Amino acid sequence: MRIEIAGDSALIAYFSETPSPEVSQRIQQTQVALLALMGESIVDTVVSYASLLIVFNPLQTDFWAVKNALVQSFSHENTTASDAGRLVTLPVYYSEESGPDLSALALAAGLSVAEVIDIHQQQEYRVYAIGFAPGFAYLGEVDQRIAAARLATPRMKVPRGAVAIADRQTAVYPAVSPGGWNLIGLCPQRMFDPDKTPSMPVVAGDRVSFESITRDEFLRLGGEL
Amino acid sequence: MSLTVKSPGMLSLIQDSGRFGYHSIGLTTGGPLDSEAFYWANRLLGNEADAAMIECTVGGLKLIANVDTVVAVTGAVVEVKIDGQPVEQWRGLSMRAGQALELGYAKEGCRCYVAVAGGLQVKQSFGSCSTVMREGIGGLDGDKLSAGTVLPIKPSGTTPLKRLPVDHRPRYHKSVTLRVVLGYQQALFSDLQKATFFSEPYKVSASCDRMGYRLEGAAIATNETALLSEGICLGAVQVPADGQPIVLINDRQTIGGYPKIGSVIGIDLYKLTQLMAGAEVFFSAISIEEAHNELHLAHCRREKIELLSIE
Repeated sequence: MRIEIAGDSALIAYFSETPSPEVSQRIQQTQVALLALMGESIVDTVVSYASLLIVFNPLQTDFWAVKNALVQSFSHENTTASDAGRLVTLPVYYSEESGPDLSALALAAGLSVAEVIDIHQQQEYRVYAIGFAPGFAYLGEVDQRIAAARLATPRMKVPRGAVAIADRQTAVYPAVSPGGWNLIGLCPQRMFDPDKTPSMPVVAGDRVSFESITRDEFLRLGGEL
Repeated sequence: MSLTVKSPGMLSLIQDSGRFGYHSIGLTTGGPLDSEAFYWANRLLGNEADAAMIECTVGGLKLIANVDTVVAVTGAVVEVKIDGQPVEQWRGLSMRAGQALELGYAKEGCRCYVAVAGGLQVKQSFGSCSTVMREGIGGLDGDKLSAGTVLPIKPSGTTPLKRLPVDHRPRYHKSVTLRVVLGYQQALFSDLQKATFFSEPYKVSASCDRMGYRLEGAAIATNETALLSEGICLGAVQVPADGQPIVLINDRQTIGGYPKIGSVIGIDLYKLTQLMAGAEVFFSAISIEEAHNELHLAHCRREKIELLSIE
């Protein structure tokens, strides 16, 4: 773990050069241990692919104290990733109607549309990071066969619930927003609902799998086309 | 117990001290861009330190008091009138029910803070009522104020009228120096690039918002561009491939993937966020130890300042 200054009230710890479920799990464990050790003097934390940003209250503590606590909290454990995080299954209505890039992606990959859908469902994905917009979870890794580059021209408007692929990442858009990811389906489950507790079905460190549903089931679950 | 927005001016947002502890679901901090002016507006009225008020950018706000109350206007230098009569900033101002408070347009700085005794009564979402328009969160409906909006006020006792001595009022300049602690990817920047960053002037570009201040000047691009996305803290100086620095502020996205040379220290940020397009920025380096010292000194000095009573 390499610790760097981020600002006068923040520091960042880099756990690895490359993300992996093991690195992700180590970041989670370190975050939990640090919060237990430092409590109120930690204002916020941001878990990402291979790093942990810690924002502290500089009137209560300082860079050196947080750095020491972070070293103490650093998890050396090499547990397998499969026993970490909850498994959350998200329903997806995959179709050309709900996923406008599905056939182009299949064509580029040399696969049938059904094969793309199958491969997307086969994998268990790790929630590596949450950011970009409230409730936007970066999920990895997508099978190499269906990895796809971002669109040359991003869409001005991606619908809420859009299930998308960019490189070896996949995600569900929590709200209508611009976006350049390849859209392959729609998920009726809200990924961010400010009026609900918890407001998100997943947190960083959880695992996600996708399950194909029919058009009727999608509509019955509150999905909108 | 309320105020009515007669005109919202250029951009008026409800802000408390910000939203903390929710980066894990992707929610940004929000909060007042000038935390100094925000602090003084509440302290002048004897409010809680994080009581909600209005942040008005550039000016043009007009409010009607629907109850006898006390208000304070701090921040950017602006003409303030109550029922057409010019009044002073940085002090408590009595208003009777039916009177109008009117802000002109900023002459120095660009963000004014309008607080009311007791603070605005706004429902919190995720522990704060700070408005972040991009996320549609905070304020009354996640949006800026509009004409006709009624803003409820929290009940408060009698508020003695106080003023901040002139010598202690922040001044807003068109050329500022911001202190930066080197950090994050500083190792990716060469000594020459760092020397350039700390010696050349940068100009505030026209495309600045509550997410970040884009600057224009000598380019300091690193060759390294493919970073894994990572957390971004307040004041982080991000340098995209064109080498033009962007200082990320209150409404920044929580994670991003551009190289960062370090961060502007918290107590200097208001100098930046009060600047309008075309203003000049210089950067100077400060160690983390000095930055912590400066912060504590500034905090102690501020606590010790005594407000003057107005007869």
